[in-house]
Amino acid sequence: MLPDPVRGGFGVPGPGKFVFRIPVCARDGAATHPRHRVVKELVYVTSAPVLALRGVSKRFGAVQVLTDVELEVHAGEVVALVGDNGAGKSTLVKTIAGVHPIDDGVIEWEGRSVSINRPQDAQHLGVATVYQDLALCDNLDVVNNLYLGRELKRRGTLDEVTMEQKAQELLSTLSIRIPSVRIPVASLSGGQRQVVAIARSLIGDPKVVILDEPTAALGVEQTAQVLDLVERLRERGLGVILISHNMVDVRAVADRVAVLRLGKNNGTFPVHGTTQETIIAAITGATDNAVTRRQSRTAEATK
Amino acid sequence: MSNNIDAPAPAVEQAIDPRLLVREQGFSGYISEFKRKIRGGELGSLPVIIGLIVIWAAFAASNGNFLSASNFEYIAYYMVGIGTLSIGLVFVLLLGEIDLSVGSVSGLSAAIFAVLSVTHGVNLWLATIAALATGAVIGAIHGFVFAKIGVPAFVVTLAGFLGWNGLMLWLLGDTGTINLPDTGLIHLFGGNSFFLNGDIAGAYILAGVGVAALLFSSLGEQGRRRSAKVPFRPTSEIVLRTVVLAIAAFGSAYVLNLHKGVPNNLVFFLAALIICDFVLRRTSYGRKIFAVGGNIEASRRAGINVAAIRISVYAISGFFAALGGLVISATISSANQGGSDPNNLMMAIAAAVIGGTSLFGGRGKVWSALLGMLVIESINAGLFMLGEAQSVQYMITGGVLLAAVVVDSLSRRTQKSSGRA
Repeated sequence: MLPDPVRGGFGVPGPGKFVFRIPVCARDGAATHPRHRVVKELVYVTSAPVLALRGVSKRFGAVQVLTDVELEVHAGEVVALVGDNGAGKSTLVKTIAGVHPIDDGVIEWEGRSVSINRPQDAQHLGVATVYQDLALCDNLDVVNNLYLGRELKRRGTLDEVTMEQKAQELLSTLSIRIPSVRIPVASLSGGQRQVVAIARSLIGDPKVVILDEPTAALGVEQTAQVLDLVERLRERGLGVILISHNMVDVRAVADRVAVLRLGKNNGTFPVHGTTQETIIAAITGATDNAVTRRQSRTAEATK
Repeated sequence: MSNNIDAPAPAVEQAIDPRLLVREQGFSGYISEFKRKIRGGELGSLPVIIGLIVIWAAFAASNGNFLSASNFEYIAYYMVGIGTLSIGLVFVLLLGEIDLSVGSVSGLSAAIFAVLSVTHGVNLWLATIAALATGAVIGAIHGFVFAKIGVPAFVVTLAGFLGWNGLMLWLLGDTGTINLPDTGLIHLFGGNSFFLNGDIAGAYILAGVGVAALLFSSLGEQGRRRSAKVPFRPTSEIVLRTVVLAIAAFGSAYVLNLHKGVPNNLVFFLAALIICDFVLRRTSYGRKIFAVGGNIEASRRAGINVAAIRISVYAISGFFAALGGLVISATISSANQGGSDPNNLMMAIAAAVIGGTSLFGGRGKVWSALLGMLVIESINAGLFMLGEAQSVQYMITGGVLLAAVVVDSLSRRTQKSSGRA
């Protein structure tokens, strides 16, 4: 049998719970991952997850894409959402982002049930989504891209000076290094574009950030850049849902791994203390074969 | 362990990406930045300015009268009509789309104005408003069919090109020509109307106001940026820009004053250019136009109502087409069946592209309408002086348009290969 799916972290049930967290500033550029060296803090977080999906189902015509999916994201937590192709990761993310309204189930936001029917609903709640195809305008510079659709104005005209100032502040608090905030996005590298796209999602002050394959198609150095940024999002107390195919990336930054298989939950694992093999087995369904099914049948029959 | 964490961050800030070419201070920085941009394919207005100089030199060499004040007056006066069509087209080209109907809409607008004011005796200003509103509504219809129904803009506006031309012919009826009285807006756009009645001071006042506006707005922006601690233009660059504009503005004023002064329709054209430039560069609406021209999906995800932007841009194009139609009819004092000459359409598109607005969307300035029309009208005037037939004019203008599109495509390719597109 698979390990018992953990709901909402390593907590004790009740109104609140204790979780282990890396201290906020425990990061430097050393080669090993900080988690291996830094003593974790025990912090108290409120019990209600920022975002929770309860029994969410979605069907496209005759195809049942999601069946009774459960997912919880707490503030300051990175949840990796993994699964094989066609497992329903993207659909799940799109239901949260408001692209596809759910058919069944409940989406809870900070403990209350909400309905997300349009992308705007998700934005208003505080869900920001960074899609795989970056959604930046190549012809506009970094500042304009960051503030696209949310331009700051001064006496009815664009306030370029304040936007540039705030953009620089945001990028430097995230330690994002780009040549200049006034060059067209077209001239940035893939990694730089990805971090700009992620930084852009923070302009609206969201509480949950969804990253769809942020490291796909990036080189080694650029991947590191993006992973650093994901950790900084967690340090800011944001809930992060990270979709990735790359187990190394997932294990590097995620706190929990939620596995989807054929549109259903196939376990949620704390990264710490779970082997990569276990996760991959859950993704591929290696433990779900004729033998195990026969065992569970016989177990039921003997009851 | 955690103490040493905060320290590296500021150091990281200082590190400068080697690919970044940090702007050197002062004038040499300006030159090196300029060279880098040229190498990267960001040509801006450079090809058209070089082209203009070449054209003027070539015509001046073959006919001494080309560089006369009256010829420049002629160029300045006749470029306004089609230039106005071109302003609207710049908006459409920034979206990466095309509007083939502007020629027909301009003819229709002139016909509506003429029929209302001359045949039915409607108040001149009411007739003007009706003509302009018709243009805007027609543009909005094109935009609606394109944005909401999803018919390619090329086809929608091609249908408009034929349909509105037919409506114009039907409105003008059998006679085919309605002469316009030299009053109201028609007088203002006509050949006998000069700024301050052609007083010598008029041209210099205009030039002085333009130069002062550039200088003070640049200095004001520099001050704001300096106090906000973001990079600002060095004073030397501001002075350089102001001097270049001053030479161009006072030079033009001097030349026009040698003849009759600044035609009022040129004043109107410049005002329209300044307003449109302001809308495109300083308002969130203009920013949205650039965004939609750059990446439609990104714009949609940023919460921009793409359909509304498209419809409104086509409405703007229709409005300027109608306005241009009134200007053209004023220059010939009549609305006739030649009003929707497809040649006007081609010239207007050519002007925008020659002036440096990209056909691929997202890049361009409304000033390209002015620069492009200067080129086209110079060629027309020069060939007219040399007594060349219309056929030669078309061939040469066609060649220039092709050259401009080739420059556009090549510079885009260079931008791509140097990672800037």
